[in-house]
Parts: sequence; structure tokens; C-alpha cells
Amino acid sequence: MNEGRKEILQIVIVLVALVFLVKLFFIQVVDERYAELSDSNAILRQTEYPVRGLIKDRHGKLIVYNIPEFNLEVLLKDVKRFDSAKFCAVFEISREELRKKFKEMKARKEYSRFKPTLFLSQLSTTDFAKIQDYLDEFPGFYVQPRTTRAYSSAALANALGYVSEISKTKLENDASKIYKQGDYIGQSGIEAFYEEQLRGTRGVRIKLRNVKGIIKGSFKYGAYDTLSIPGQDLITGIDLELQKYGEYLMGGKSGSIAAIEPSSGEILALVSGPSYDPNLLTGRRYSSNFRLISSDTNKPLFNRPLMAQYRPGSIFKIAQAMTALQEGVITPETRIRCDRSLIDCHGDHTNEDLRGAITNSCNPYFLGVLRKMLNKGVINDPFKDTRIGLAEWDKHIMSFGFGKPLGIDLPNEKNGLVPTPEMYDQAYHNRPWKFSNIYSIAIGEGENLVVPLQMANFVATIANRGYYYAPHIVKAIGKDQKPLPQYLIRHYTTIDSANFRVAIDAMQRVVDAGTGMRAKLQDIIVCGKTGTVQNDPLPAHAVFIAFAPRENPKIAISVYVEDSGQGGRSAASIASLMIEKYLLGHTKRPYIEQYVMAGKFLDPK
Amino acid sequence: MKREDNISGSLDWPTIGLYLALVLLGWINIYAVVYDEGVHQPIFSFTLNSGRQLVFIVASFFIIMGIVILDLRFYETFAYVLYGLILVLLFLVPIIGKEVGGNKAWIGIGSFGVQPSEFAKFVVALAVAKYISSVGFRMDNLRNQAILFGIIGLPMALILLQKDTGTALVFTSFIFVFFREGMSPFLMIVGICAAAIFILTLLIPNQLYLHGGIIILLVLLIGFGKKKFKRIAILTVGAIIIMGVIESVDYVVTDVLKPHQQNRVKALINPDADPLGFGWNVTQSKIAIGSGGFFGKGFLKGTQTKFDFVPEQSTDFIFCTIGEEHGWVGSLVVVVLFVALLLRIIFIAERQKNRFTRVYAYSIASIFFFHFAVNIGMTVGLFPVIGIPLPFFSYGGSSLWGFTILLFILLKLDAHRGQVLQRI
Repeated sequence: MNEGRKEILQIVIVLVALVFLVKLFFIQVVDERYAELSDSNAILRQTEYPVRGLIKDRHGKLIVYNIPEFNLEVLLKDVKRFDSAKFCAVFEISREELRKKFKEMKARKEYSRFKPTLFLSQLSTTDFAKIQDYLDEFPGFYVQPRTTRAYSSAALANALGYVSEISKTKLENDASKIYKQGDYIGQSGIEAFYEEQLRGTRGVRIKLRNVKGIIKGSFKYGAYDTLSIPGQDLITGIDLELQKYGEYLMGGKSGSIAAIEPSSGEILALVSGPSYDPNLLTGRRYSSNFRLISSDTNKPLFNRPLMAQYRPGSIFKIAQAMTALQEGVITPETRIRCDRSLIDCHGDHTNEDLRGAITNSCNPYFLGVLRKMLNKGVINDPFKDTRIGLAEWDKHIMSFGFGKPLGIDLPNEKNGLVPTPEMYDQAYHNRPWKFSNIYSIAIGEGENLVVPLQMANFVATIANRGYYYAPHIVKAIGKDQKPLPQYLIRHYTTIDSANFRVAIDAMQRVVDAGTGMRAKLQDIIVCGKTGTVQNDPLPAHAVFIAFAPRENPKIAISVYVEDSGQGGRSAASIASLMIEKYLLGHTKRPYIEQYVMAGKFLDPK
Repeated sequence: MKREDNISGSLDWPTIGLYLALVLLGWINIYAVVYDEGVHQPIFSFTLNSGRQLVFIVASFFIIMGIVILDLRFYETFAYVLYGLILVLLFLVPIIGKEVGGNKAWIGIGSFGVQPSEFAKFVVALAVAKYISSVGFRMDNLRNQAILFGIIGLPMALILLQKDTGTALVFTSFIFVFFREGMSPFLMIVGICAAAIFILTLLIPNQLYLHGGIIILLVLLIGFGKKKFKRIAILTVGAIIIMGVIESVDYVVTDVLKPHQQNRVKALINPDADPLGFGWNVTQSKIAIGSGGFFGKGFLKGTQTKFDFVPEQSTDFIFCTIGEEHGWVGSLVVVVLFVALLLRIIFIAERQKNRFTRVYAYSIASIFFFHFAVNIGMTVGLFPVIGIPLPFFSYGGSSLWGFTILLFILLKLDAHRGQVLQRI
């Protein structure tokens, strides 16, 4: 009756075993997915954050360094009931925020009761000191150190830029895949420009973890671990004391100072006024402070030396003179009557030669020079003739670095503007134009636009008698002690070196006995040129460019003070104080300093 | 002394060899589970499960000696007494027992705890064997069948009261014994069909397709078979019952099963639906086994089981460690060892002249088979998660001793098979 039932049971056993073995073969040998899943389960790649490179001034003084900040993390499994009112008071958050934070935390994808989760970020050492006494009242909350930026002074904010957490959009567009959420990244200034050098290389420690996310040791005894490499330090050409002094002098004024070492192109000071304290853009209050600073109507985040495009005014006459000399349309002895019919002038001169015209900033003279330059009579047609002349003029003017970014190691550098035939074609809708339409460029008004850095570079070029190095903040990177290669190239102007002698003679006279007398120093020959840029109906902008000493110049400087009248007053005073400070270490003329700080540059009306 | 030699000589040594192999492999794998690279404790350390398991193993040897020394007639004579005793114990567990892991299945003796349900298995097997082998028992007698189901049903019910569904389900494996002893296969077929329909209903989201399929099948069967009224009536009624079952599945899943049991069924159907929630056990278990590859990661090199990704890894999910560290080859060895043991037990059963021993042998074969099939089935995702141990492998004194007693009572009975024949 029960025949064959033994066999049925045996077959069932063997069949079940075969099913198991086939299934096992599929998940173990055929399907590769499980091996990968196992790795992502148990292997934790722990990032070791590198220390960001330091930024120093030309004498090795620290400008930007790193300080610890603290993240408050919470391990939910250890959290016990706590006094939420007290918690909110200690950590300075509202009850709603506390509730929201807990809610957010639990909604996160990687949420685990057993894994420390970020609760509050960027607590400063002061915050930490305040809360650490209370930490034991809130079990489950731990403090994790990290580093953030700190600044030795409030100076140089706009050039330094700031560092903050990488934004979501930037993270998505990061093709290199270097950044992760929560990483700090340079957001502007040299922090952004030298991000690659400053950030260093992250290290990784591969850890084995258990299901609760708790580390159980290193993977293969650390064979695949790498150490983090600190970012490279940057040595800038900035003289921190000079920079601070420049910011002090620019207090309450709007404008900029750019000082360059002519022999190297290193920037000694780069002042943008008004500025802000870079320490405000670090730590926990970054967002709220940033909102405040960026909505300030004085635009403290606007980096004027690079971004403010002004008409250059009379300082442009030197470029005009050099161009005309080079083209041979005038000689230093050429005299042009100051007839003041087309353009007004100032002073009581009547018939100057080139040096005199520069010294007295004679407008009709340079109008005449430009006419000779643009209308050489190559062709009878005055329209075409102007066109040819302007193209030649452009070539010379641009060789001084006008009309294009100089290539400073900072983001957002503006072009300025050198008018070209094509530009006028467009402006006149392809109707003909000639010299009489465009003559105001003769005296640095009209269509010309220049940023203060280009002015400083221009005067450095004069100081060098015909060449410049692209201005740059950083003179040495890391252990190489070299700047970026593009800053070692000499850029020559189209002007013969000999021609600069005339300009320099004239500039010395500007300071010795001309419009720039406030810049005169006792033992140092300062060569300068004032400019007063029309700004109706507001008071004119004051400009002064200078270099010193005359032989073997150490500093070339441009000062631009908005709405402060004649260039010989505010701008020349500030420039000379800066030169004094840099060359002597202090000023011998406290009355000039008082004059600058009083800020009363305008004639009473 | 001469008698002792006889007994040890007539014990079935191939089975003992398989037993020792399984226990030893189990012990080593328990060590692999708890091994911590940082701490590096030896396998014998009593702070580890492996050290304690060694104590259990040594204790099993004493139990084996006791079983072998004890008089042969004890087991058959006291089968019902033991049965009564275990019922009392099982009844007492919910009252005096202590709670471990959500189940109140333990009785504490000092600092030690034992699970009476583990010992209920051999006691019920003895009782079933005794009843089936009793004079005048007929498998086709409905009253006898009812008593038989009562014998397995009572302890099942008491264990269910302890909320230990897994162990309770083990007793359904006696169906195999009844089948072998002559019960109509109808019950088994109905059971398998019901299970198949249950699973199909869960797998196929729209039950209309299932109903349609059954109606088509019914029409085909009626159309191509003999057109007798009785046959058509039976088929129609059968189809309606099946359709009723389908409709009730939803009700069973949502209302009868407890939420964690529902989730286990859902996890089997679609483990990816909630891999971090109810699918966790199955997903992690499959990841652990699947990451082993052909040869495995190597002894003590597993990451998934060691770092607690797999739950209950020392006990119910011990097979994951084998799969992860020893790969398909290791799994093959374990599966083959179990199949060999099961076939050997059936071989022993069939060589008995005595019905009591044969029924007992089939009982333990069925129990071992159930544990083997369900346990490995759940770790590889072929079966819902039912917490029952893998015999001899899983960590735990009660289960090791329970299985050891089951097996060695058989070996004791088998050793005297000639003697028994003489006595009758």
C-alpha cells in the first residue's frame, strides 16, 4: 500500500537541495550585484580634510590662517529627555528651529540613530566655550572640530575673497567631482582664483563599519589609505602695513588705491573703499552677515580697483604724448597754442612745449596732438584718414594694457574701454564720423574707460620706461616660491624707451611745481600726474598716478577718489602718504594725513 | 563491559560522523560570526558565543552517553508520560517563563534558560511513533487520524500561545510521516495547492486574472473529460472554493497575520519594496550570501555577517556566514552534508523491522528536513522569514541538545534493532 512513498520523500529532499544549490549559484556566482552591495554596506570611505593653505604678506606676516570651529553633532541613540527651553537658550536657537532640525534630521536619507548627524555647524571657539559647560546636560550631543578661515586684520577683504560652503549648483556643475556637500570652497578673490592651490588634497581612510555605522577597524590594515596633503601657502606681494594704512586713509571715502612694484608687477596694496571686515564672512553668522554686506548701498563687495570703470581724465595725456612721439607727429619741442576755443583749460599758460603741456595739463595742447595723430593726411578723405589714425592710436594705447583685462590673479577684472573704429561705426550706426566727433578722448574723457588697476599698471610702465609685468597679488606659491608663469613675462609697449624721458621729466615737474604739489616729499623724487574727471552734476572724481623714486622706482601707485574734486587734493595726498609709508615706514607730514582724514577736499560754494 | 562494546559497535557510525561534521562546522562558523579583528579573542573564549557553544557541545556528549546508557524500553514505555510532562511544561512557559527576544519561550534554571519547545520535538516524535505502532491503529480510520492530529496539534497550539510561530510550524512536518505510514496524499496535495494559490494571489496584483485562469481551466477540464454530473459538480465546487480562497487571501494577509508576519510574506514577494524596513533581513541575508562568490571571502574575512548587517546571524541566519566566507563551494558542502544525513536517516528507518522505530526515524527525518528547507530557504529568499534554527549549526544550547537527543534516540533504537525483533 505504501510502495514508492519512501522514494517520493527521498526525491523531495534531493529536489529541495538542488533548488537551493541552483539558487545559491545564481546569487553567489552569476549575479555580481550582491558583491557590490556588500562593499557599499560595509566599507566606509572616511575623508580626511586637508588644511587650507595660508596666505601671507611680502614680509611673511600672516594675512589669512585657519582656526578651529566646531560642529555640534548628535547621536540620537544617546539622546535622553532634555530641557528644551534650556537647550534653546544655550545654543541660541528658537524652539521652532529645534523642532525643525530634528524633523529634518530624521528625513535625511542616511539617517541612523547610531551615526553622528550634524546638528549645528560652524560654532566658533567662543560659542564652544559658552556651550561646553552645558554639554553634559544634553547627552547625545557631541562637538566635532573642523577648521575655518580667520584673518589677522580687517584689511584686503575684497582681494582675499571669502570661503564658504559649496553651493548646490556649483556642486552639480563640478565636473572634476572633487567637492562634496559641506565642503568649503573659495568664493571670490584669491581664495577663488587660487582654490586649486589652496585647497590641498583630501586624504581617505577606508574603514570597515558595522550595521550601526560604527567603525570596526581599517580596511586591509590601511593599505589603501592616503594622507591628506595640506594646501599650498601663498606669499603675496602685499605689504600688510601699507595695505592697512591705505584702508585707513580711504576711510569714509569711495574709491580705490592700487600700488605696484614696477620691477616685478607685484601688487603692494589694493584698497577698495568702502570695504568690510572679512571676519564677518566666516563661521556661523556667514549667511546673515553676507546678506547685510551685499545689500549695503555703499557696495562694500564691489572690488573697485578691478571693477570700477572710470574715465581716466588728464592722466591719459601722458599716454597720448607717448603715442604721438612714437608716431613722430610731434617732438618734445613742439608747441601748440592754448587757444581754449574748443576745450577749456586752466592756469595762465599760453603756448607750451610737450613737457609744459603735461605739467600744466593743457587741454588744447593734447587736442592738437590728437588731431595731428588722427589726421595725418595719408588720405584726402577726412573720415577715412581719422579711421586709419585711430587704428594706429589704438595699437599704441592698448600696448599700455588699456582696454583689456591685465590678467591679475583675481576674478571679475573688467576690460575698461579703448574706443576703436568699429566701436564708433556701431555708435554712429555706420554713418561717417571723423576727428571732430571724437576729440574728447584726447584728454581722457569721452569714451575712454579705465579701471584703477590699469592706471597703476600704466604708471608702473612709465616707471619702467616702456614695459610692465601683469600685476598680481601672489608672488610665490607653496614650496616652489614662484608666481604663476604668466607673471614672469615682460610686456613691452610699442613706445621706444627713450620717449619716456619726456613724460618722466614732466611728471617730476607736476609734483615739484605743478598740480601735484601735495605729493612732494623731502628726499624722494616723486613723479606724478593729477586728473580731475568730470562727474556732473556731482563733484569731479580725483585721480593721481605716481611712482617713486624717479631712478630705480620701487612703487607705482594710482589713487582714485570719487566725488572729491581736484586730483591734486585728495588723490595726490593719499598717493604721497602711501609712497612715504612704503619707502620710509612712516609719514613725515602729519598735516597731510590730517588733511586726508578730515576729508574736506571741495571748495566751499 | 562487553555489553557496552556491543552497543558502541552497533551504533550507526556514518550518522555519527555526519553529526560530528555538522556540529564542528557550526561551531567554527559561530566563531566566524562573533570574531572581532580588533579584539582577536580565541574561539574558546567564554565571553564569545563560540566558547559557550563549545560548552553546549561538550554537554551534548554527556547527553548522548545518557541516551545510549538508558534502557532501550524506556523510550517506548515512557513516551506518553514524557508527552504529558512536556505539555505541562509548555503550558507553564507563558506563566513562569522569561521573555527573550519578544518570545516567552524560555524557562530559566539558574542563570541558564532552556526552551521546552525544542525538547517537545523528540517527545512528540516518540508519542506519534508509539501511537502509530500501537495495536489496532489504522491510518485510514478517521478516529485514529483525529487522535494523531491531536497529538501534534496540542503542543503546536501551546507553542503558538508562546508566539513562537516558527517552532509551532515545525510540527506540520509530521504530515510527511503520516504520508509514509499510509495517509492519503490528498491532504498533502491540498496543502501544497493552497500554499501555491496563496503565493500566486500575492504575486499577481490583479486577482481577476487568477479567477479567469481558474474558470478557463474548469471549462477545459469539463470540456475534455468525461461529462458525468458528479465529476462536473465536484470540479465546479472545487473551483468555487479555490476562488473563495483567493478572495480570502487579502483578508488573511491584512487581518489574520500580525504586521510583522505580513511583512515577512511581503518581503518574500518583493524584497526590494522596502529594503531598509521589512525587507532588511532577506535583503541583507542575500547580500551576505551573494557576496561570497564561488570560493567565498575566506574564513573570518566576511564583512556582512561580522558587522551585524545580517540579523540573528549566530542563530537563524548562520547559513549567511557560510555563504559569505566559503562561497558556493562551502554552501554545497553544507547542503550535501544535510542531504546525506537525511537520506541516511531514511535508510535507517527503512531497515527497521519495528514500526515504532521506523515511525520515529521518519519523524526526525521530517523535522530535520523541515528545519533544513525552511531555514536555508529563508536565507536565500525562497521562503518567508520564519525564525527556526539550522540543526547543529545555529548557536544555542536548547536547540543543539534538542536535535542531539532526536538523533541519538534513533541511533540507540537502531543499535538494538535485532534485539527488538527478538523481543516481539
